Amino acid sequence: MESASNPYGVDISQAMIVERVALADWLLVFPVALPLLAAAILVMLRSRPKLHAPIALAVIGVVLVSNVVLLSRVLDEGPFAMTMGRWLPPFGITFVADTLGVLLATTAALVALVCALFGSTSIDVTGKRYGFYPFLLLLMTGVGGSFLTGDIFNLYVWFEVFLISSFGLLILGSERAQLDGAFKYAILNLVATTLFLIATGLLYGVFGTLNMADIALKADGLREEAPLTMLATLYLVAFGMKAAAFPLHFWLPASYHTPRLVVGALFGALLTKVGIYALLRTLFLLFPEEGGALSGVIAIVAILTMIFGVIGALAQTDIRRIMGYIVISGIGIMMAGLALGDRMGLAGTVLYAVHSMLVMAALYLLVALMRKAGGTYSLSELGGLYRSHPLLAAMALLLVLSAAGLPPGSGLWPKVMLVKSALDGEGGWLAFAILLSGLMTTLALGRVFALAFWRPRVDGAVVPATPLDRSGMFALVLIMVPILWIGLYPEPVLAMADAAAASLLDPASYSLLVLPAGGGS
Amino acid sequence: MKTLILRTIAPYLSALMMIFSVFVLLRGHNDPGGGFIGGLLAASAFAIYGIASGVASARRAMRFHPMAIAGSGLAMSVLAGLASILFGVPFMTGLWAPPIPGIEFELSSVLFFDIGVYLVVLGAITSVALALEERDDE
Repeated sequence: MESASNPYGVDISQAMIVERVALADWLLVFPVALPLLAAAILVMLRSRPKLHAPIALAVIGVVLVSNVVLLSRVLDEGPFAMTMGRWLPPFGITFVADTLGVLLATTAALVALVCALFGSTSIDVTGKRYGFYPFLLLLMTGVGGSFLTGDIFNLYVWFEVFLISSFGLLILGSERAQLDGAFKYAILNLVATTLFLIATGLLYGVFGTLNMADIALKADGLREEAPLTMLATLYLVAFGMKAAAFPLHFWLPASYHTPRLVVGALFGALLTKVGIYALLRTLFLLFPEEGGALSGVIAIVAILTMIFGVIGALAQTDIRRIMGYIVISGIGIMMAGLALGDRMGLAGTVLYAVHSMLVMAALYLLVALMRKAGGTYSLSELGGLYRSHPLLAAMALLLVLSAAGLPPGSGLWPKVMLVKSALDGEGGWLAFAILLSGLMTTLALGRVFALAFWRPRVDGAVVPATPLDRSGMFALVLIMVPILWIGLYPEPVLAMADAAAASLLDPASYSLLVLPAGGGS
Repeated sequence: MKTLILRTIAPYLSALMMIFSVFVLLRGHNDPGGGFIGGLLAASAFAIYGIASGVASARRAMRFHPMAIAGSGLAMSVLAGLASILFGVPFMTGLWAPPIPGIEFELSSVLFFDIGVYLVVLGAITSVALALEERDDE
């Protein structure tokens, strides 16, 4: 092997990695490579949609397992990196497994598994023929790649991958409203992606490198002369738009209610959280000082996002639209942790991101099941589901409590951490806004529960106790398990979120991990 | 566009373009060219054939659905990257087979990756082009 790769007797250790890569390191590639391969195979099998669901479920299951193994390895042995194509960093593209990325990637894989299960019955044969599962797998590829990459341009590529597959998922069915929603979604997301690309071009011009660890190392030396604050601001706007932060949030309620609900579940759970993740990486790892300087702006954005999001939810009567606004309000809460910028605040943001992925997916799936049970999305017509579907009602109540940040759901702990961090620091207003938005979320979702479940139907009819499809109910129960687990026994996830926050505040150790020799010239 | 001249020349032109696209693909290893541009050339060959002889016969000429071709290319590229798992080197590392005496040809995983890119571009662009041509026919 050594002679085959080095036939001319040149010393390649200056440019290439010479140590043997352990097989266990490959776990880092599987969350990206396996779904991509499976998507390609499903595209080839497009005329046999019956095979799609089992293959996709099997592959996503394997990806979830490999993510869990990766997570336990990172927790036991610490983070590690792998640089593609054998080129030494910063020249090769580096993937980094640290607690933050792997924790979010694992949660994303779990959400994808639940949605794939839910889609197996709720997506019809036409939807499968049009490529629901290939798009789902490509979306997973993009989201997983975003969480694991250590290269800012590669992050852009993964953004494009999941953006393009999200276009495909959004118009599954080609209804008029879907095309209308997809148009707004596409234009505004392309603007955000273009801003991201412009910022990255500018960054490359300044730094001459795209490797995040290398950028973090070089930022200190360039702080005097280079426009780093402008770069940080550009990234804030680009990723803020992706995350649907006020005032750039309007694309989300305009589009998220149009696709199939299982697609809405995927979007509401994953896409905005990738924006938050990218903000964490850029504002804390790459530009910590500039990110600190922007914290006042971020705090205002956070408060407005929380409050306007939940006011929107209170104003709607279509339960699909209500969930869209609840997503936005949650983004505000995560931005609050970004504004606080201390260890507990960041840990709160990370934990809230995990919670929000699970709960938003569950809420959209709940909406789908409510539609099946009650026959409509309108709160003014729904009613009486408590009597006809008691199990659904029980899960709805737990989800409402969880989304509002009340026990026994998973939303309690991140909010406690964020409020404590805000009160310890100078963030009294942030703490007030978090608590107020929590109260208003309770009202908004409590209204859904009270009207759709408790209240008898307005027209006096009795809702027939139609049995809901089993795999749909099973998917919802499956995703309730981690929600309640985090709510009742938060210690392990809390420790992971705390480790993630600690590593975000310590860019030097991240750089050392990727570039043990101290970086390129 | 059913003119006699185009219909007569299109099969020859398409065949020539296909051969040229493979040439560009293979030369791309050390010279300008490669999978992407080769795939574009091949896609335009099918597009011309579709314009001249109708989309149905272009689809028949391809034998497989264009998206299936794109899928096979994507799978091939990923597998070419995954091949390095067997040699203890990182993902996507280029691997070369030992040279065979007397034959000036280096078999490598890079080549398969590039063929994969060729098929992805060919499949995806042809799929779009034929769909648009079908819209024109209606």
